[in-house]
Amino acid sequence: MKEISKLLVVLAGVCVVAGLILSFVNEATTDARAYQDRLEMLNALNMVLPEHDNEPDKDIMDVSDVSYYVSRLKGSINGIAFITSTEKGYGGLIKIIVGVKPYGEIIGIGILQQKETPGLGAKIEDAWFRDQYKGKTLAVANWAVKKDGGDFDQISGATISPRAVTAAVKDGLEKFAVNKAKILGGTDVDQ
Amino acid sequence: MSISKEFIKGIWKENPIFVLVLGMCPTLAVTTNVENGIGMGLAATFVLLCSNIVVSLVRSIVPDRVRIPTYIVIIASFVTVVDLVMSGYFRELHHSLGLFIPLIVVNCIILGRAEAFASKNSIFLSIFDALGMGAGFTLALVLLGGIREVFGNGTILGYPVFGGGFEPVLVMILPPGAFLTLGLLTGLFSVFEKRKR
Repeated sequence: MKEISKLLVVLAGVCVVAGLILSFVNEATTDARAYQDRLEMLNALNMVLPEHDNEPDKDIMDVSDVSYYVSRLKGSINGIAFITSTEKGYGGLIKIIVGVKPYGEIIGIGILQQKETPGLGAKIEDAWFRDQYKGKTLAVANWAVKKDGGDFDQISGATISPRAVTAAVKDGLEKFAVNKAKILGGTDVDQ
Repeated sequence: MSISKEFIKGIWKENPIFVLVLGMCPTLAVTTNVENGIGMGLAATFVLLCSNIVVSLVRSIVPDRVRIPTYIVIIASFVTVVDLVMSGYFRELHHSLGLFIPLIVVNCIILGRAEAFASKNSIFLSIFDALGMGAGFTLALVLLGGIREVFGNGTILGYPVFGGGFEPVLVMILPPGAFLTLGLLTGLFSVFEKRKR
């Protein structure tokens, strides 16, 4: 009995001390982590949005479960960014940020998260691949990879990743087209 | 005398990777380039150092029967500290090491040294044991990462080392490359050891 209580006391004591230390470290690094999160988001947004004088990461409109980050210059909307994702990558989840002009033309896309094969599918992060989406709209492009009869280059040895990206971007654009009126509704739009 | 012995053994005679063959999971998984190797090596060394110190400190008050859970709690706490700090200050590295930071908890090198060394020796010697083992682990990861990055990607620390005509050997940065490189290096290591004797 005495031994059992000693075991309990020691183990409980160790856990309490560990818990205290962790809560302290968690507290101390909260600001730094929030700052890094914001920095990451801003970098991604700057990559796909035009020049702006507002803070798009704080200028958010939530329409049917999608967050739209609005970029404004002198008060009028000149771009909107949204995050679209797919589970159909070779390594699962791919998260993509897409920036569009108010009427729906793509300014640029960025890959936020992917687990594709390095050297093959992971090339979806390369500029040449991402750049082929620039200037495309829902109507003015055949939204599939070339192998499936569409407009977008696949990567040799990796068709699944580009196929997933293309489908996800298309899906994001379709949702944007539906929600566009609500996002832009009544505001001054810079065409 | 014994201080330098405890330090050196981790790098050469009892190298955790090439001789003890511990901690294979992070070794194989993160060594696609030198930077990851350095990051993983330093993170694990930090955890190893802290856990060796604390385990050695509490070795007389922790009853034998709960020593393993106690060590795991200590190790897991330091790993979480590393995870939080890295996420706050070294975000890029945190991304590329990803899941393997929390997995330092189950890195056998760390629990192994707590059990085999720190729980039986003074703090002072435990510190040098941790530093030596950490250095051995880091050097091994850098070596593996270096070989794989040079042949698999044509770069070292992100800088190109070959002229334009070099075609990267893709398999080197894929999982099979990790096994090939590790196998060859472990073989070379034991050949050198035998020669010395």
